[in-house]
Amino acid sequence: MPAPDTILEARDVSCHFDVSPPWLTRVVERRGRRILKAVDGVSFRVRRGTTFSIVGESGCGKSTLARLVVGLVQPTAGTIAFGTAPDAQGKPRTPRLQMIFQDPYASLNPRWTVEDIVAEPLHELKLRQGAAISARVGELLSLVGLARTDASRYPHEFSGGQRQRISIARALATEADLLVCDEPTSALDVSVQAQVLNLMRGLQAELALTYVFISHNLAVVRHMSDDLAVMYLGRFVETGPAEGVFEGARHPYSRLLLDTIPDIESPNRERAPLTGEVPNPINRPRGCAFAPRCSLATDLCRSERPELGGRGDVAVACHHAA
Amino acid sequence: MSSPVLAVDGLSVTFETRRGPLHALRDVSLSIAAGEILGVVGESGAGKSLTGTAVIGLIEPPGRIVGGSVTLRGRRIDGLDVKAMREVRGREIGVVFQDPLTSLNPLLRVGNQLEETIRTHLGLSRGAARQRALGLLAEVGIPAPAERIDHYPHQFSGGMRQRVVIALALAADPVLLIADEPTTALDVSIQAQITGLIKRLCRERGMAVMLVTHDMGVIAETADRVAVMYAGRVVEEGPVDAVIHRARHPYSRGLMGSIPSMRRRMDALSQIDGAMPRLDAIPQGCAFHPRCPVRVEACHHERPDLAGPPGHRAACLLVAAEAAHAGA
Repeated sequence: MPAPDTILEARDVSCHFDVSPPWLTRVVERRGRRILKAVDGVSFRVRRGTTFSIVGESGCGKSTLARLVVGLVQPTAGTIAFGTAPDAQGKPRTPRLQMIFQDPYASLNPRWTVEDIVAEPLHELKLRQGAAISARVGELLSLVGLARTDASRYPHEFSGGQRQRISIARALATEADLLVCDEPTSALDVSVQAQVLNLMRGLQAELALTYVFISHNLAVVRHMSDDLAVMYLGRFVETGPAEGVFEGARHPYSRLLLDTIPDIESPNRERAPLTGEVPNPINRPRGCAFAPRCSLATDLCRSERPELGGRGDVAVACHHAA
Repeated sequence: MSSPVLAVDGLSVTFETRRGPLHALRDVSLSIAAGEILGVVGESGAGKSLTGTAVIGLIEPPGRIVGGSVTLRGRRIDGLDVKAMREVRGREIGVVFQDPLTSLNPLLRVGNQLEETIRTHLGLSRGAARQRALGLLAEVGIPAPAERIDHYPHQFSGGMRQRVVIALALAADPVLLIADEPTTALDVSIQAQITGLIKRLCRERGMAVMLVTHDMGVIAETADRVAVMYAGRVVEEGPVDAVIHRARHPYSRGLMGSIPSMRRRMDALSQIDGAMPRLDAIPQGCAFHPRCPVRVEACHHERPDLAGPPGHRAACLLVAAEAAHAGA
């Protein structure tokens, strides 16, 4: 059983996909199976009422991890355990999960009114009956900063930011405790992104929500997170309290990410030149996956895989992290 | 000051629709000198990409240029016929788009695509064109160009593909490079490589570069001057440092404030309520007034022009009043 303030705990979770060519092709061309290790031995703990962020580039496995948490894909190995969350009466129950997706244009049914969309979980989970449904929909819409009268309109009548508010209202309709947000603001313009991020922080304070927040945008992650994991090719390379990681990133990959992201506060800054690209997760390098791009890499890095470990709160998977 | 490579003056673009004309660009003026990077920034629908499209003469009906001029090295190019314009595009203006996979023909080796462009515009022999293609690939930082030149686009990674597209844009030594969201489809660690490359090429070749993007961070890193667009107009224009740190227009100030900081965690981001107006519902007066925290009565009916000291101007009545006050 996880510790009392834990809402979610993942232990050594892996998710491998078989991307082999068909059987006959393998026999004819004498090729073996090919396994894509999207998530490979990841452990983390999410405290109730906080935000745990996972940051990384395309293909690092962060979205697969989000899907594992909500059960859309099953782990190949390892366990995901849930703690408890108080219900409306304050009694502990298994936490309810919902997911918020990146693209608010694709995640809302265009032929349903906002009321249909937000009321569906209420019907499905039998949370409200009869007239109480409309009242609850109105309440949820005002909670996310929309007008109650918006209930009769269709998704196409709303801008991207407003649609993302509708997705949030739909997620909250289930009385969810844990929201898994996969790049919730990446499709939005910056001024609208600020509105949605402020709303999410406000709702967290008001409803004691827990977020698992997936993003490639480090500035957004810093704004939202309590705890943070930097992911590279299916593994965590650095994890710990967000402030600790941002103030003193030790893994060369975290440092590279922090150093390469354009920062409007220091225009035209000179940077160390970078090379290399994210390797293919099917042919992951032996040893440390980051070694081919790393300036500190030695023979040890190329032969032996570093495990997460380290001083204090922040754990780093690097042989040379100082 | 020497005359600019590109001068856009009072450019207006209108789309004719069944419900009446939509004014997508109104009175846009920009200029870019040789060796200078102008960042054009704005949110979706501000008209930033359309400005680039208008410069290269690729506005498709029902859209058309209804006013203003586009001058490249002293020569008007907005009224040229299709054939003459095709000569300008590629020869004098190179273009890089967001998605490198759709800019390249997947059925042709990248070398063939480069050689075709070089031979079309420069009339070189087959052998000379191949030499030049190799040189270009090396210039944009593709390792082992002699090996890579005969690969197909799908054999390159996203970042390398974007380098090939840039090499293609440079094939005929253009004087102006238009890069429309060149890094948006790329991962962050690759983005920095591409912006660094664009910057280096601009300096080394003395090209004028128009960098269109929604990402203020990319602008901060790369551009020399910035034009901020809102609802089809330029609302602020000035040196990158001044616009970021001392923005004059309330929209630019709000835009800067809504970007989360990499340096520290803030309690709340300053936000601009509402969203950019749709083209068929641009408000009277200043287009930004319904969202503006400092609007006054006059903003509802008076449309401000760019005002302020030359070099850093903003289209806001308050800035104009301040400038008049300082001048008096």
